[in-house]
Amino acid sequence: MVSEVQVLESAVVRFAGDSGDGMQLTGSQFTNSTALSGNDLATFPDFPAEIRAPAGTTFGVSAFQINFGARAIKTVGDRPDVLVAMNPAALKVNLANLRPGGLLVVDTGAFTPRNLQKAGYEENPIGTDALHDFQLIELDMSKMTLEAVKEFGLGTKDALRCKNMWTLGLMLWMFSRKREPVIDWLKDKFKKAPELADANIAALNAGHAFGETAELSATFKRYQIGATHTDPGTYRTVTGSQALSWGIAAGGELAGLEIVLGSYPITPASPILHALSGMKDLGVVTFQAEDEIAAVCAAIGASYGGALGVTSSSGPGIALKTEAIGLAISTELPVVVINSQRGGPSTGLPTKTEQSDLYQAIYGRNGDAPMPVIATRSPGDCFEVAIEACRLAVKYMTPVMLMTDGFIANAAEPWKLPDLDALDPFPVTFATAPADGSDFNPSKRDPKTLARNWAKPGQPGCEHRIGGIEKSYDTGDISYDPANHQKMTDTRMNKVAGIADDIPLQTVDQGDDKGTLAIVGWGSTYGPISEAVKCARAEGISVSHVHLRYLNPFPRNLGDLLSGFSKVLVPEMNAGQLKTVIRDKFLIDAKPLNKVSGQPFKIQEILDAIRAEAAN
Amino acid sequence: MNDQSAPMQALTLKDFTSDQEVRWCPGCGDYAILKCMQRTLPELGVSRENTVFISGIGCSSRFPYYMNTYGFHTIHGRAPAIATGLKLANPELDVWVITGDGDGLSIGGNHLMHVLRRDVDLNILLFNNKIYGLTKGQYSPTSDVGTRSPSTPQGSVDPALNPLSFALGSGARFIARTVDTAQKHMPIVFERAHAFKGAALIEILQNCIVYNDAVWENITDKKTAADHQLLLEHGKKMLFGPDGNKGIRFNPDTIALEVVTVGEGGITEDDVLTHDETNHQLARMLVELGAHPGEPMAMGVIYADQADHSYTDAVLAQVNAQKGRRSLKDMMYAGQTWEVK
Repeated sequence: MVSEVQVLESAVVRFAGDSGDGMQLTGSQFTNSTALSGNDLATFPDFPAEIRAPAGTTFGVSAFQINFGARAIKTVGDRPDVLVAMNPAALKVNLANLRPGGLLVVDTGAFTPRNLQKAGYEENPIGTDALHDFQLIELDMSKMTLEAVKEFGLGTKDALRCKNMWTLGLMLWMFSRKREPVIDWLKDKFKKAPELADANIAALNAGHAFGETAELSATFKRYQIGATHTDPGTYRTVTGSQALSWGIAAGGELAGLEIVLGSYPITPASPILHALSGMKDLGVVTFQAEDEIAAVCAAIGASYGGALGVTSSSGPGIALKTEAIGLAISTELPVVVINSQRGGPSTGLPTKTEQSDLYQAIYGRNGDAPMPVIATRSPGDCFEVAIEACRLAVKYMTPVMLMTDGFIANAAEPWKLPDLDALDPFPVTFATAPADGSDFNPSKRDPKTLARNWAKPGQPGCEHRIGGIEKSYDTGDISYDPANHQKMTDTRMNKVAGIADDIPLQTVDQGDDKGTLAIVGWGSTYGPISEAVKCARAEGISVSHVHLRYLNPFPRNLGDLLSGFSKVLVPEMNAGQLKTVIRDKFLIDAKPLNKVSGQPFKIQEILDAIRAEAAN
Repeated sequence: MNDQSAPMQALTLKDFTSDQEVRWCPGCGDYAILKCMQRTLPELGVSRENTVFISGIGCSSRFPYYMNTYGFHTIHGRAPAIATGLKLANPELDVWVITGDGDGLSIGGNHLMHVLRRDVDLNILLFNNKIYGLTKGQYSPTSDVGTRSPSTPQGSVDPALNPLSFALGSGARFIARTVDTAQKHMPIVFERAHAFKGAALIEILQNCIVYNDAVWENITDKKTAADHQLLLEHGKKMLFGPDGNKGIRFNPDTIALEVVTVGEGGITEDDVLTHDETNHQLARMLVELGAHPGEPMAMGVIYADQADHSYTDAVLAQVNAQKGRRSLKDMMYAGQTWEVK
């Protein structure tokens, strides 16, 4: 039977199942095959904080959403077109978001009375009005998987573990994706257990074959989505953590310094520790410290020794590092501090995304302790932003806060590999002994950048002492002099403020340079804001999108730029932090649009807010 | 003509003395330790540029400002972590960590534990005066029960920590003890610590003349020192006392060390233990000596058992084994990529 192929511009597919069902693997393999088909895409892994929450419960549901298409994809998609529900709990949690008329694929084999009860269903929703709005495909995937892998003699439990590959096979067929990359990956993953590789491949093939041959209703169509990227080059998919880690390594090479990462495991920042630990080929040294404080202190110690120290954590860990970051500010040592933000306060929502650590980044230290803060907007953007963090740190002799978030860290997107040879190097020159034989002065400054000179231990004639006590502007020795403290405080402020002369002017991402309404964002809200502004502009609304990379200091022209709009709306996944900073800096009546549910903005939410502002 | 080709002049105490005015209280035990360090470093033949002093916060932690070497006065308790990062960046440096009983055992206890466990190649000097000096006299984790202080006006109730017992429990491979006024003994201990490849912890019994004066007097006073100090030397009998006839014996019934007198009750020198600084079990008993009346405190190198390679060597060996095998470009192009033409 030859199935009908329908051409789509884009589609949103959500795989949902139990934590142990392998939904993240299914999603990431589907992503890989999709990227290799040349589609643009965005993904959203959405999983519980518990490693294995009790099976069958709603709080143990793990999901992976992918939006892919033949046009530029900037968000993970507001509502799935296809939902694959591996059990009743997955259906219960995710059904409300499925687009009306969307395709719903359920594994009826998992809809047992016990599972229905655990999910809180009083009756089986299959066959009731509850699913009327959707195109329902009922498949006993459990049973079909068991049959597909029967010949390999696995126990029922192990055999059922192959269910996700059966599902993946069906989805690959449905969207005309290749199976080969998944088969290669399975062979590699199960190198030491070929029987498991064979069983999983058999399940994958069986799911695919089922799509090919099944006599399903006319709704069960096959879809074709064309390729999208037209900019010539070599592409790959990349997650934020991966791109950020490569950016740090590149930053070290461009500075001519060894990278030393001090880090302590924390969700969702750990993938950066893992990625950099795998970069010994590039001479990257990683140190898993005893705690967050030791992690940043090791980074500071490494920078004191002439390497570039880096530390990576999430909000709670950054809080612990605060005192040490102050030491790096006071002693003027370069350190890159990476914050993969998560829901807060306290332990908050470890696996959910938020951007509520902006105040912490800009203001969160004792004393007047300014430091540059920059943010990444997407997985691929992490590479460039990480390099920029390294550049600012060594050029200005300062710790730099690099803001990313749990969503960017885990999400994947196709990325055109950059030309490494085209990157501008920023080599560090260490101080040498004064020619006149005098004592080395660690507080001597570059008149332009105000960065102090950097001498590393081992260099003869540069012996000197530094510390967290206030230092004389002239000699670097301890000083309690009142006028000196004023001067040093001013110098630290002016040094960071002066970075504004060394960063690009703020541009407008979409729309005019002045007008009625500006939507100002930072970080991972880039995608939904961009799409919403595009839709609003198509409706004829006068609206522009301004997206910030530099949060402290702001680009020189930002105040003037925003003053050119009658209204400024700031969508943020926090209670209104950038909004407050903008109001403070520019006395502009910026309005907040806040969402702190642990989930990214939907395009619709921002579009509705734009329409409301435009109607006022 | 390049100055560096001129023959190296031997350095002196003066070369290691910075131009900063020393600001400890008059009579503080820290002065003696500082002088001893400035005097010993030239004898060790080290260079100023390769020597680094790293400290936390407290009276003792002002030490780096007075040494004309590289120095970093950091934050409370964190010197071991900063020193670890420094050694990872440059393992060739000679790094001394200066800490105290509050800095190293209270706020920084976690870092001290892990730097010892990892055996990072550092010389750690813990000035133990059983009190917080810089914050004006509160009791510390090594204060004896009943210590009256501004924060414990009725006397402290929590038992004191034994720094060397803590160190052994953390996996330290070099522990030693000396006294601030022991100007002949201290250099020997410094030299041994310096020669040791790994984390070397020295507890220095130090007198705080303002807030805890004479807390070590029993042990350090010239009149009573011979009865209260057991000067250990590897391979030598554990004898002490004004007449050198008191000794340490192992009692198999109590599984503990005890004090005996040679020539009394049939005790001969053969009954007295010989110090073996590589014996971990012996070290565990020696660090506890002095806890009971009549027992001397063990001084000198109590335990030294150098590992085959230090922590930083092992970490950097892993890096160097892989370094240069692939470029960043190789890594980025590895895996599945596709071309758009």
